[in-house]
Amino acid sequence: MIDDIMQVFSYGFMCRAFMVGIAISICSALLGVPLVLKRFSMMGDGLSHVAFGTLSIAMATHDSPLLISLPIVILCSFLLLNLSQKSKLHGDAAIALISTSSLSIGVLVLSVTTGMNTDVCNFLFGSILGMSNTDVYVSLVMCAVILIAYILMYQRIFATTFDEAFAKASGINVKMCSLFISLMMSIIIVLGMRMMGALLISNLIVIPALTSMRIFKTFFSAVLYAVVISVICFSLGMVTSYLIETPTGASIVIFNIVAFILHAIIGSTLKYVKTTC
Amino acid sequence: MSIITCRDLCIGYDKKILIKDINLEIKEGDYISVVGPNGAGKSTLAKTLIKQIKTISGEITYNNEVLKTHIGYLSQQNVDSNDFPASVYEVIRSGCINQLGFRAFFKKNKIEHVNRIIDFLELNHLKKRCYRELSGGQKRLVLLARALCAANKILVLDEPVAGLDPIICANFYEIVKRANAHLGISILMVSHDLQNVVKYSKRVLHIDKKIKFYGTTEDYVKSKVYAKFNTEESNRD
Repeated sequence: MIDDIMQVFSYGFMCRAFMVGIAISICSALLGVPLVLKRFSMMGDGLSHVAFGTLSIAMATHDSPLLISLPIVILCSFLLLNLSQKSKLHGDAAIALISTSSLSIGVLVLSVTTGMNTDVCNFLFGSILGMSNTDVYVSLVMCAVILIAYILMYQRIFATTFDEAFAKASGINVKMCSLFISLMMSIIIVLGMRMMGALLISNLIVIPALTSMRIFKTFFSAVLYAVVISVICFSLGMVTSYLIETPTGASIVIFNIVAFILHAIIGSTLKYVKTTC
Repeated sequence: MSIITCRDLCIGYDKKILIKDINLEIKEGDYISVVGPNGAGKSTLAKTLIKQIKTISGEITYNNEVLKTHIGYLSQQNVDSNDFPASVYEVIRSGCINQLGFRAFFKKNKIEHVNRIIDFLELNHLKKRCYRELSGGQKRLVLLARALCAANKILVLDEPVAGLDPIICANFYEIVKRANAHLGISILMVSHDLQNVVKYSKRVLHIDKKIKFYGTTEDYVKSKVYAKFNTEESNRD
């Protein structure tokens, strides 16, 4: 068993996938906590559908997926943010509108050009083989930037997530802060899409945050633990995916779900013990 | 020294004027209560002073030491977040966010300031608790502490005790009084509670479309405005 696991790292593509995966898991968990608390979880899901649409276009034109997806997804995230804030089209309806339309554009483009092949399946559900060397460098640099930006913005992110009105009165540019968060979310979605699959990437953002919030009661510890649990679940899912040849994204999701259920049970047991004692 | 001065100020929502011709000077160490019937524009006045609502005409001048973001503000409602993981300390510390400038973290003297405020409000036993698990009254005090961290010279309170039971309410008024006396912070409190207004505040501002009365509490109690308003309020109860 241990030999099998050690063997994983003897392949270059696996090492690359691990490096990028861990970087993305860290960033997505960091962002996940404020996103879940700001009720932006569905936005992540909507954006991942947009990312799928753009990916299929990139495939048809043989361009770099990152180059095409990133600007469009960022644009859509700003659009969704604006729609949910002021327009008559409510947030969730706007998300449904954008995600289904981009999904259908993606499917149409694919059926006209390449057709439904293994590549498409990999885009939808994730593959560890999807990483080229350039992808690795771009992903690692982006993740480092997000990590630093998050640390620098940490106090502002907490204040705006906890109480937007107060943050506004304190002179914080709340709108810029929201834009910044959705910008980071878009980047993470596009980066993580190849490995996790377009349909599953939002899981990586939402579930670790939820898991951590079952037990931890301060913002700082919740964020930190979400990162830990995210990295653990990613590594387990990755190794499993290699050993029994399951799709990477789905394996990671299953481990995340199991972790969530375990933490939910521990959380409610702790609460029960506290109230009865 | 005056902290905030309003000259010929007209305020309201969406260009609809609620109160006209406000001439008001808030001095250092003042404790002003704002009273008046429902919908008179009390909260609008408070929100205009903290720049959440734009003025329609006239001007507000802030003392140089009171940058406009260095006003502590406590709104009518508690922040309601039944799933938000945040410790009381984290919430109170976030009050200093207006003094962050371009830095990423709080300076050491700000952290000391936060600890002084926590000592002052005797919240040390709650410091590590989770905000969402507190009672309504405790949440109020935590948010007051946060507002005090933000306050440089003045604290604007918008019906802070609405919905609290009388004992917690009295405690709250005592703490505000102490903050006014010992921390030297001016208070502007929108209130519905005439009894406590008369008991605690130094001056009263009575508004109903315009300023009906502005002066010391002693004069207010003797005025016709007070007599009429008091009977109306007690009839309603």
